[in-house]
Amino acid sequence: MLRNMRIRRRLFLVLVLATVSACGGSGGPELSSSVLNRGISSDPESLDAHKARSLQAADVLRDLGEGLVSFTAMGEMTGGTAERWDVSEDGLTYTFHLRPDAKWSNGDAVTAAHFVFGVERLVDPDTAAFYAQFVSEINELEAVDERTLIIRLARPTPYLLSLLTHPATFPMHPGSLSEHGDRFARPGSMLSNGAYILTGWIPGSVITLQRNEHYWNNANTAIDEVRHHVVTQEMTELARYRAGEIDVTGSVPPDSFEQVKKELGDQLHVAPYLNLYYYGYNLSKPPFKDSPELRQALSMAIDRELLVEKVSGRGETPAYSWVPPGINNYEPTVLSYAGLTQDKRNQIAQSLYKEAGYSADKPLILELRYNTSDTHRRLALAIQSMWRDVLGVEVTLINEEFQVLLANIQAREVTQVFRSSWVGDYNDAHTFLSILQSGNAANVPGYSSEKYDALMQSAAEQIDLDRRRLYLEEAEREMLADHPAIPIYFYVSKHLVSPRVEGWGDNVLDYHYSQHLSLKAGE
Amino acid sequence: MLRYTLLRLLGAIPTLLLVIVLAFLMVHAAPGGPFDDERALPADVAANIEAAYHLDEPLAQQLGRYMSGLLRGDLGPSYRYRDYTVAELIATGFPLSLQIGLLAILLALLVGISSGTVAALRQGSMLDRIVMSFAMTGISIPVFVVAPVLVLLLAVKLHWLPAGWSGSPGAAKYVLPVITLALPQIAYIARLTRASMIEVLGQDFIRTARAQGLATKTLIRVHALKPTMLPVLSYLGPAIAAILTGSVVVEEVFGIPGLGQFFVRGALNRDYTLVLGIVIFYATLIITLNLLVDILYGVIDPRVRQR
Repeated sequence: MLRNMRIRRRLFLVLVLATVSACGGSGGPELSSSVLNRGISSDPESLDAHKARSLQAADVLRDLGEGLVSFTAMGEMTGGTAERWDVSEDGLTYTFHLRPDAKWSNGDAVTAAHFVFGVERLVDPDTAAFYAQFVSEINELEAVDERTLIIRLARPTPYLLSLLTHPATFPMHPGSLSEHGDRFARPGSMLSNGAYILTGWIPGSVITLQRNEHYWNNANTAIDEVRHHVVTQEMTELARYRAGEIDVTGSVPPDSFEQVKKELGDQLHVAPYLNLYYYGYNLSKPPFKDSPELRQALSMAIDRELLVEKVSGRGETPAYSWVPPGINNYEPTVLSYAGLTQDKRNQIAQSLYKEAGYSADKPLILELRYNTSDTHRRLALAIQSMWRDVLGVEVTLINEEFQVLLANIQAREVTQVFRSSWVGDYNDAHTFLSILQSGNAANVPGYSSEKYDALMQSAAEQIDLDRRRLYLEEAEREMLADHPAIPIYFYVSKHLVSPRVEGWGDNVLDYHYSQHLSLKAGE
Repeated sequence: MLRYTLLRLLGAIPTLLLVIVLAFLMVHAAPGGPFDDERALPADVAANIEAAYHLDEPLAQQLGRYMSGLLRGDLGPSYRYRDYTVAELIATGFPLSLQIGLLAILLALLVGISSGTVAALRQGSMLDRIVMSFAMTGISIPVFVVAPVLVLLLAVKLHWLPAGWSGSPGAAKYVLPVITLALPQIAYIARLTRASMIEVLGQDFIRTARAQGLATKTLIRVHALKPTMLPVLSYLGPAIAAILTGSVVVEEVFGIPGLGQFFVRGALNRDYTLVLGIVIFYATLIITLNLLVDILYGVIDPRVRQR
């Protein structure tokens, strides 16, 4: 009896092991040579380019659609649906010539009228598009014929071509809209004019794209299927990358960065990125209203070199300007004290602090708000101690849920110093400088300077690119001297790219079209 | 009996109404709105979007609009997933959460009861000590620690199982989430079973049965197991609750598009309709289950009906 039981138990164990290993067989990563697995940190709000907003949505939309203009893998501008274009001498009229073989995924030709229809829908209040004001410089679009589109501008807008790479300006197929209504952007009903079509979307899990046979450049598209996996946690994404389930990650977790660099250094891509991390002041209330000395003192007392090296630690560059380096036709102007050593900066900061009326007996008492995140917390802690050590400021750190912080920043009631950031929408200094113009919704500090606004206005009127650039640089210099905010560092883009992926190019916009990538066979 | 059932049904309606109104007021009271973002919207664009979702109306009017939608069975559109309705998201999320939850409970009962029984029979032995220390560890280590460790070992190092939900089309993707979710429950049930079994085995009727010459196997199966199960059964309620809440973490870690993940994301994004929809869905579910239990009690025990 006993013996019998023992044998049975052993048999059971064998069975269990067999089951587990059988599961393992089918669960291993799929290394098909024609499927690319990419990680994105959140679901797109929508794949209707007019209802989308996030960077993640734009990443997926760049695989599905195509604007008049596009980018190469290295981030150089190139023809998209338009094969070429002419610009009038005054810079106000652009004529685009569409490719004769540009087609929708159902075989219909992509016409100039589809672009006109797209922009009209974008600005229609009923669409309620987030990017409705994106094209405010465009006066008129005219479809001269099926393949010729004229865009007339209110003012010379050198970044127009850059805008035309953005999903918000992609063409729309009117037939698809009238057939499926507002919910056309779903698998099975969405028409696309890009390299891929949408074949599946499980919210919270994965978006599946397949080759668009009708795409004009289909012959040069290497990968048949692209899966954008929604992975909200960076650590999970890293684990899935290591397990071979994801070929390209959207990020790299801060805590594992050093280890990743050591172990997967050749697969790690870190590149400059048009993204500024800054602290804003609430300029509509004391202590920062009308106190540029105090604003400058706090800005100078931050040792940015130390922050990027020891705290953020993922290859970021210290920010002494508002516009990041790497922007087309622009040389960022830097804060006046950028050339000084930190010791010297601290000394000046101390005297400015006194000038503003504070001292050891009467220290500034301050609240610093940031949204819940490990990186933000560590930076805030470091800056808190720098301000205490150099100036004697008593800082209370307040960590808030993101939506709460945003609401507080907008209300301008309780905030004093707050964390924020800005990602460039296009490769032009305007995308960074315009947000600090009076009345701009993204002008969260509430900065308002007549001189700055006038310089920005003058820049906008220039046809000559070099003169425009001078005005923009002058505007930045003027604004930096007012210290409406503290630029802290410029983010870098961080991706792990599997060795089996070829054709990857680092670029400042951090755009990586799947159509430019290919997979090595047999790996 | 019919009258009793009807009365209970009527009683459930105010409860549900109260839940809806409270939940509505609470999600709207949270600071920030569904369309707030670091990239703040120009005023007229923001106004457009608020108008499109009727967020510009007074709260009472919004509540009225929402309730009248509910009466027509419409949970509204999701604010964050602008291409999907709340009903669609619940319809895709709930079956998954349910499957994983049920599998985890089954696994917990199976492994928990058998290992607890074995430990009780070999009380004080090496086997008993091993099982119990496993159980202690299982209880003390939280899900968000267990999950990454299992992933690291079984997915990253050994490549036996997928690390994330969307990483495999087959059934293998269920293994890690179910084990992670079941682990603390296995531990709890094993300890409960062991303690209960030891107590039962020490009782007179067992001694009598043994004296009559019954084999251990029969003794356990016929006499001891039933009374042992009582505390385990009463633990099932809390276990199901723990699995429901635990599923939030597990779904997040493994990227399972279940209701738990939608609920958390919805709350963080201020996706009012999605959060409300899930609250109402769960409330209805729980009220219905309670109602069924009450009615069944009424069937079994006539005294309940007369009260």
